[in-house]
Amino acid sequence: MSRSLHDEGLTPLDPAYVTVMRVQALLMALPFVIAALVGEVSGRLFAGAFLVPVVLVALVLALMVPLRRYHARGYDMGEDRLRVVRGLLFRRDTVVPFGRVQHLDVEQGPLERAFGIARLVLHTAGTHNASVVLPGLAHARAVEMREAIRQHVKREIG
Amino acid sequence: MTVPETILEQEVAQGWQRVNPLAILVSAVQGMRQAVLPAVAALFGARSLDNTVLVVGVIAAAVLVLVTLGAWLSWRRLRYLVGPEDIRVEQGLISRSARSVPYERIQDVSLEQGLLPRLLGLVEVRFETGAGGKDELKLAYVSMDEGERLRDVVREQRTLAPVAAAASESEAQPEAEGRLLFAMGPGRLLLFGLFEFSLIVFAVLAGATQQLEFLLPFDLWDVDQWEGRLSGTGWEAWLTGLGMAAQLVGVLIALASLVVLGLVTGVARTVLRDWQFRLDLTSRGFRRRRGLLTKTDVVMPAARVQAIIVSTGFVRRLWGWRGLSFVSLAQDAGSANHDVAPFAQESEIAPIVEVAGFTLPDDSVDWHRPSRAYRFDRALFTALPLVMVGIVLLFIEQVAWAAPLVWVLAVLLALRQHFLWRFERHAVDRRQILSRRGWLSPRLVAASRIKLHSVEIAQGPLGRWRGYADLRFGLAGGALAFEGLLLEEAEAMREAVLTSIASVDFSALPR
Repeated sequence: MSRSLHDEGLTPLDPAYVTVMRVQALLMALPFVIAALVGEVSGRLFAGAFLVPVVLVALVLALMVPLRRYHARGYDMGEDRLRVVRGLLFRRDTVVPFGRVQHLDVEQGPLERAFGIARLVLHTAGTHNASVVLPGLAHARAVEMREAIRQHVKREIG
Repeated sequence: MTVPETILEQEVAQGWQRVNPLAILVSAVQGMRQAVLPAVAALFGARSLDNTVLVVGVIAAAVLVLVTLGAWLSWRRLRYLVGPEDIRVEQGLISRSARSVPYERIQDVSLEQGLLPRLLGLVEVRFETGAGGKDELKLAYVSMDEGERLRDVVREQRTLAPVAAAASESEAQPEAEGRLLFAMGPGRLLLFGLFEFSLIVFAVLAGATQQLEFLLPFDLWDVDQWEGRLSGTGWEAWLTGLGMAAQLVGVLIALASLVVLGLVTGVARTVLRDWQFRLDLTSRGFRRRRGLLTKTDVVMPAARVQAIIVSTGFVRRLWGWRGLSFVSLAQDAGSANHDVAPFAQESEIAPIVEVAGFTLPDDSVDWHRPSRAYRFDRALFTALPLVMVGIVLLFIEQVAWAAPLVWVLAVLLALRQHFLWRFERHAVDRRQILSRRGWLSPRLVAASRIKLHSVEIAQGPLGRWRGYADLRFGLAGGALAFEGLLLEEAEAMREAVLTSIASVDFSALPR
C-alpha cells in the first residue's frame, strides 16, 4: 500500500539525520536501560528477565526505527511550493505554497549542530499547520532553501 | 543609551542591534516573581534548620544571581537587524533560532507596555504577521523611541507596496454611517434568548458552593446525612409525610423551575450580549455594534473575512433560524469567529454573505461524501468497545440487566455514523471550499480558495490500509478539514486548491 519516496519524486533528507535520530533514541532509552541494570544487579528477578527485553527494545528503537523514519520522510521543492512528507504510521503530506509563507526559521539544537543538521520551519498564517517543520536538512542546504523561498516570495511581490 | 562594549564591532557594522539593556532588569524582576513560590516552598522546608537567617540569605542570593545571569545571557544572545527587505531576529542560549520576517508579511506593529517597562520607558514591539499567539515575532524590550522608529520603518516599507497604499487611502476616508445590513429589535432578541436556553447558572452555582461550602451549616456532600433527613428523622419529616401525588407535583415543579431558570438565563445572557445589535456596511468594512453593559464596536474589513459559517440549533432549525459568523484573523471576545447575524432567516443572511464576497451553495453544487469505508470503520470502532462492555456486563450478576442498554447505545452510535454519511458532505466550486457537517444541527462552512495557506493529506494506519485520508486546510483563524476522503479524491482536490492558492501571493490578497 505504501509508496516509496522515490516513486513520488521526493528528495530524501541528509543521511546524517539518521545518526542524529539514533543518538536521540539512545538518550531516551538510557534511563530505562540503567533502571533495568539496577534491577538486574539487585538480583531479585530472574537473570536477564528485565534487562534482555529492555535492551532489545532499545536497540530496535535506536537502530531500526530511525532508519525507517528516515525513509518515510522527504520533501519536494517545487516551482512555487514546498511539499513535506513525514510519518511512519501516521503519514502527513503537507504542501505550503511559497506565496503563503509568513516567515522562515532555520533552527538547530545542540545535537543537530554537532552533526551539521538543521530544521527549516515555514510559518503560515493558517491556524492549522501554523508552522511546517522540515527536519534533517544539511545546514547549508537549509539556509539555501530559506534564501530561495525568500527570494521567490519577493519576486512575486515585485 | 551608550552602546555596551560587548557588541562586536563587526556586528555593529552589519547593522545588528541588541535590545535595550534595561530589558535585563525587567526580565530579572519577572524571573524573581516566578521564583517567589519555589523560594517560599524552599523556606518552608528549611524552617526546621538552625541558621534560618543564613539559609534564607543564601537562597535569596542564589536565586538573585541565577535569575540575573539568565536575564543577562538571554539579552546577550538576542540580536536583531532591520534590513532593507526584512527584519531578522536571532535568539536562544543553546539552541539558536534565526528568524527573518519580510516587511510585506507584517500586518501591523503593535507596542505594548506593562507597568515596569512603562516606568523604565520601554516597550515591547510585536510584529503581527497573522501567525498568532506565541509564534508572533516580538522584541522585549526596546526604548520608546526605538519602538516608534521600528513601527515607522515597517509602515514606510509597507506603503511602498501598491496594495498597502490602496489600503491606507481607504483608511484615510472619513467614517461614514454606512448601509444597514442587519439589526435585531427587542422582540427578535427575546425570541433568540429563548432558544439560547442555558443551564450554565448551575455550573456557576456548583462552583460557588465549592468555594463557599464552609459557610453552610451542614456538609453538602454527606450522602448519609441527606438520607437521614429524607427518611424523616429531623424537621424535614414533613417531606416524607406527603403523599405520592404531592411528591410527584413537587418533582414537576422542580423540573418546571429548571426550565424557567434556563430560559431566563438564556434571555438575560442574550440581551446583555446582543442588545441593539446592528451590522452596517461602511467604507472600511463591516461594522458591528452590540451590547447592553459592555458596548462593543468592531470593524472588520470585508477582505479580511477568511470564511463564513452558517450554523443552527436542532430546535431553532424547525423555524428556519440560523446564525451567520465570519472567520477572521482577529479575535472576537475570545472566540475566533465574529457573529454578524446570530439569529436570522436565510433571506436575511444571503445578502450579507454576498457583500462579504461569498455565495451560499445552491442546487448546482456538486457535493461529495467521505468514503463508505471510512464511515463503516468509524461505526465499527465506536460500537465495538460498547458491545464488548455489554458482554462483560452479562457475566456480572448485579448489572447484567444493563447489557442490552449498552448494546442499544452501540447500535444508536453506529446508526449515527450512517446518518452522518448521508448528511455530511463537501464540495469545491470555482471560488470556494464548502463543508456541511452535522446531522441534527448542520453547520455550513464556506472558505475562499485563494485565502487558504496550506493543504495537508493525513493518513493513519487504518486509512492507509483502507485507502482513505483526511484533507486538512490551513485557514487563518479557523479549522477546516474533510475526513475520510478517498485518497485519489483528496489528492485531486489538493491539486486543484493549490493551483488557485499559488496563483495569488499572500501580500497581493485584498485586505
